Amino acid sequence: MSENKKQSDEAIMLKIREDLLTPMTKFPLSYKIWIGSLLTIIAVAIWGYTIQLQNGLGETGMRDYVSWGVYIASFVFFVATALVGMLISAVVGLVGQKWITPISRIAEMIALAFAMVAGIAIVADMGRPDRILNLLFHGRFQSPIIWDVTVVNLYIFISILLLFLPLLPDLGIIRNHMKKDLPKWQWNMYNILSLGWVGTPGQYKILHSTLRVLLILIVPVAMALHTVTSWLSALTLRAGWDSTIFGPYYVTGAFVAGAGAVLVAMYFIRKAYRLEDYITDFHFDKMGKLMVLVGLVYLYFNINEFLVPGYKMKAADADHIFTLFSLNGEYGVMFWLTQTFGLLLPITLGLFKPFRKPFPMMLIGLAIVIGAWFKRVIIIVPTMIHAYLPIQNVPESFHHYTPTGLEITVTLGIVAMAVLIISILVKLFPVISLWEIAEEKGVDIHKDL
Amino acid sequence: MSKKITPEATSRRNFLKKFSISVGGATAVSGLGLLSSCVSDDEEKVPMLTTDGKVINRDKSKLKLNLNEMQIRSREGLSGKKFVMVIDLAKCKNARKCMSACQGAHHLKPEQHHINVLQTENAEGTGFYYQPKPCMHCDNPPCTKVCPVDATFKRKDGIVLIDNERCIGCRFCIAACPYSARVFNWSEPKYYEGDANAVYDMELNVPQKKGTVSKCLFSADRLRIGKLPYCVSACPNGTYWFGDANEDAVTNGTSKETVRLSSLLSDNGAYTLLPELGTKPSVYYLPPKDRMFEYKEGELNYLGEEEPKGHHS
Repeated sequence: MSENKKQSDEAIMLKIREDLLTPMTKFPLSYKIWIGSLLTIIAVAIWGYTIQLQNGLGETGMRDYVSWGVYIASFVFFVATALVGMLISAVVGLVGQKWITPISRIAEMIALAFAMVAGIAIVADMGRPDRILNLLFHGRFQSPIIWDVTVVNLYIFISILLLFLPLLPDLGIIRNHMKKDLPKWQWNMYNILSLGWVGTPGQYKILHSTLRVLLILIVPVAMALHTVTSWLSALTLRAGWDSTIFGPYYVTGAFVAGAGAVLVAMYFIRKAYRLEDYITDFHFDKMGKLMVLVGLVYLYFNINEFLVPGYKMKAADADHIFTLFSLNGEYGVMFWLTQTFGLLLPITLGLFKPFRKPFPMMLIGLAIVIGAWFKRVIIIVPTMIHAYLPIQNVPESFHHYTPTGLEITVTLGIVAMAVLIISILVKLFPVISLWEIAEEKGVDIHKDL
Repeated sequence: MSKKITPEATSRRNFLKKFSISVGGATAVSGLGLLSSCVSDDEEKVPMLTTDGKVINRDKSKLKLNLNEMQIRSREGLSGKKFVMVIDLAKCKNARKCMSACQGAHHLKPEQHHINVLQTENAEGTGFYYQPKPCMHCDNPPCTKVCPVDATFKRKDGIVLIDNERCIGCRFCIAACPYSARVFNWSEPKYYEGDANAVYDMELNVPQKKGTVSKCLFSADRLRIGKLPYCVSACPNGTYWFGDANEDAVTNGTSKETVRLSSLLSDNGAYTLLPELGTKPSVYYLPPKDRMFEYKEGELNYLGEEEPKGHHS
């Protein structure tokens, strides 16, 4: 009996290793081209940034009235997308949903990558990046920026742990089985990173309880992260930002953006690594339903955010509402396109089973992600166009905001950096947790696999 | 009364102490011959005490505070003062001498306004008037609250300043200010070559620096030497009153007449801008009643502007 069990375990593990570890050893031409083009975009962006450093932020479309533009919008977008790590692993995982096993690591990788580049977007927006250490030397804890810096770093730290700790058993497997398939340095790296994991029940016990603490801890940290980010706007007196629901409005919007990003990543990783046996139609169906759920919650906050001031039409709010709602308003077309393709259509289509198949889900995810970026622009920019006092005695360019080519290039560079980090992580580490899959298939994992 | 004077006197003594130390330092350096190259004999000499107790004569032009001492005194502000401005909208004829005096003093570009004369109308059909708009130097300032590095702050004399040696250029203060009172140096400032060697004076915010925020300072450098702000002195029309709320006295920049602040405000039905936001401005407006001018359309649009359409449009 136990001999039979041992043999079947071996067979299952062999297949899992074959399926999940082999892609790590292969570097097909398509991967090289992909990395090469990301590096090219980043290089061009760095060149653009040096011009901005030399000549000042005047190289962007920002001016005294619209003094925050696509950099800050992108920052908010990155932080929003980064929240998906907490949504999938913590919120959905802690309530006992098992279907997240094959996608939780993808979500963690997205979370880590986007949280890391969020800081870069902020630095790109700074007039004096050379003085960034003033935040340490002269930091005022009363400023929401200090709250944000603190909590972003805390979130990155916990996200690294949430990515790394569940990797330990997998690293042990790689150390035991991949010595001849990997370059020496790489095997050595895994050997060191595995921290001597041998899979004793005691080790698993520590791992499980640590993960549980972290998964609970990351919920308030993630909430704090995006709430504080929303307060960068909501703590000012400006119409369009001066809102009491900005915290939950941002957090729920973040869940939608993150769900979209995971749908896109799931599709392409599954295709590239041929993981059809692991990330199945069932998982897309589940993710689709989750997307609809968080989308509906976000829609509810949207209705509150716009209907309440829209009903009262206080002078400054009325200007803001007109700019967004009227097709003659400066941001009317962008607003309705974003709300339609980034929220209303994804929710509606996601209600129907045929649209929750992998390919349509990927397309919907893509629309959500693009819409999420534009939504952040809509949150940040139009408010700044409406000052309380008339905008006079300044050049025409001060009245509006159009991002310059340089600004867009730098922004694309930061996006490319996030995608590059994800692309490297999925090559360096197994994208699906081997030991959790093995456990689900009934393999006895309490040993050196 | 003596109670009031003591802290001031102490701070003046401290100030003198620091002053003599810095001069002593400068002397020590010049003793090594580094600064002696440009001494001319006909310059006025001042007797000074060095750190080792000798009396020497120094050129008057060398007696400058170093940056650190300037920064410290600029952050402290003037004891016992609470500066206020009163703007009589009935008097403003849009001469714009305030704007040009300000831009000249603070080395600003034409589109950078520490003070900006707006044409505005309270509600449709109530008639346009000219409204000079400096920084309101709020007592509940939304801008200093959000600064992550304490680069912008409120002094004990009520003035809100910006330290462009510390500002990181995040522009959160610009986003937070409902009066759009702040400007940014989007590129190299106007006189950046000429100003390259100037010691930074926070109370003048010169030299301006690329990538930092600039704003109205109530001409803190002029107040320190007992003069009225640049804009106030430059006005030919008697629009500005400036003074100290603790003394309950304000002086007109044109006529130099001094009146009781509380009477000026209450007799004329003074108001502040956007009081509903709770910022508690230090700048008061007297309503544009019995205007001393005729409003002429379009005469101030020198930066290629359209006619204003009233509030919020």
